[in-house]
Amino acid sequence: MDPIVRDRRRALLLAVPALAVFAAFWLLPMARLVVVGASGPDGAKAYLAIVTNANYFRSLVSTVTLSAGVSVATVAISLVAGLFLQRNRFPGRKALVSLMTLPLAFPGVVVGFMVILLAGRQGLIGEVTSHILDEKLVFAYGMAGLFMGYLYFSIPRVILTIMASVEKLDPALEEAARSLGASTWQVTRDVILPALMPAIISSGAICFATSMGAFGTAFTLATQINVLPLTIYNEFTNYANFSMAASLSIVLGLITWAALAAARSLAGAGVAAAG
Amino acid sequence: MRPLRYWLQLAFTLVVCAFLVVPIVMSILAGVTTNYFVGIKSGLTLKWVLQVWELYSETIWRSIWIALACLACTIVLGIPAAYSLAKVQNRWTRLIEEFLTLPIAVPGLATALGLILLYGGWRDFRASWLFILVGHVLFTLPFMVRSVLAVMMAIDLKTLEEAAASLGATFRERFLTVVLPNVKPGILAGSLMVVTLSMGEFNLTWMLHTPLTKTLPVGLADSYASMRLEIGSAYTLIFLVMIVPLLIALQWASARKT
Repeated sequence: MDPIVRDRRRALLLAVPALAVFAAFWLLPMARLVVVGASGPDGAKAYLAIVTNANYFRSLVSTVTLSAGVSVATVAISLVAGLFLQRNRFPGRKALVSLMTLPLAFPGVVVGFMVILLAGRQGLIGEVTSHILDEKLVFAYGMAGLFMGYLYFSIPRVILTIMASVEKLDPALEEAARSLGASTWQVTRDVILPALMPAIISSGAICFATSMGAFGTAFTLATQINVLPLTIYNEFTNYANFSMAASLSIVLGLITWAALAAARSLAGAGVAAAG
Repeated sequence: MRPLRYWLQLAFTLVVCAFLVVPIVMSILAGVTTNYFVGIKSGLTLKWVLQVWELYSETIWRSIWIALACLACTIVLGIPAAYSLAKVQNRWTRLIEEFLTLPIAVPGLATALGLILLYGGWRDFRASWLFILVGHVLFTLPFMVRSVLAVMMAIDLKTLEEAAASLGATFRERFLTVVLPNVKPGILAGSLMVVTLSMGEFNLTWMLHTPLTKTLPVGLADSYASMRLEIGSAYTLIFLVMIVPLLIALQWASARKT
């Protein structure tokens, strides 16, 4: 046999163990989830419950709204900070970047606790506002608290992506625009932002998908808002409604996967969620 | 003289940084404060840290053990898989890559429910730490594969291997003595990522754990819900002491990789 063909065949075989683990512990469990999802009293109609059942639909709408809002805010904040950190050199810059990416791998529960320390009943914001405004501001346990927590775990990731792509920008384009008389604002709007678009789309999509599936933060805040992962968790553990938990989580998985796939076809780069 | 825009952007960046760092500092302080409600003036103490150690040290050891086992699995499964993705690039290997990334494209909750519904009836497996390990391997494997694959694509693997082959090296020799040493930076960065993620994993682990197989993040959730604030903070402090060096090493390793 041709040695090159033989080499390729051997190289392909090296992917078999990883694929076997994937098939046994992800593909089969997901197939089981799809079957269980359709095994409830309503059969396959359970997959529509997320839009036909008022409770689930409300949960879906608030999760999507929250995740979309967090993604837009995170990208906007990270653009301003990321452009600044990549474009300017000043003492302490490296330390600042390290500090801002530190929460990168904090689990959702820890992020939830951070929100409680900031905006909870004994939090810093409550402490400060009770001195200044004579009114204790506590918002950790509602939509604002969730928003804050999701911002907290999203910003470090998005800043890194934005900074990496700012680094790759071609300065000649900006110089050309400037030499033609464009103002800083015009250069930002017409040259920098369009060039950063792939990074904006992909990091926004990752942020959206991660927020849709985030469980730990909402769990720690014991929030009054039922985000979809909490709804699924409650169906499973508190009501032992396995089929509904299964069908809802399949729908949730499809949403996050579709968001990432759409972003990838728009932005071209490798896009995947984490956390 | 820098323009006003510079100072505004600097101020904004510092506010964002404060938002991210202030709660970390608060949690560290709360963990060593005698009484958080009174404040720092009540004195500093290690009593909460010691109490956490008594209550939860088991979860800390278990998390370290699972993270190391997870690392071993992702090395054994991930590096060969990355090699085949680098070596053969066609429709099928793109599909394999897509497959292996699915566990991070879909929320951990869904993966965990699937695992419980399919394997939950197998009591011994369900009750063992291996059940958690499986979830962690699924979730971290894509990061190892991607990190190693990125380095493999950046170096001229083909020329290196051809040179080795022309000198008579077998497939096995080439993989072990030419490919592996050349992708070390990718393996290092991937390994740090895997250990960091496994130590902090909660979404899957919360569903997969049993009262006898609690990990550190599970214990954290437990302490936030049922213990006084100082204990939750001291526990968080221990978690930070473990995770922050890993994160700093990770920043250093990924800077070196590129």
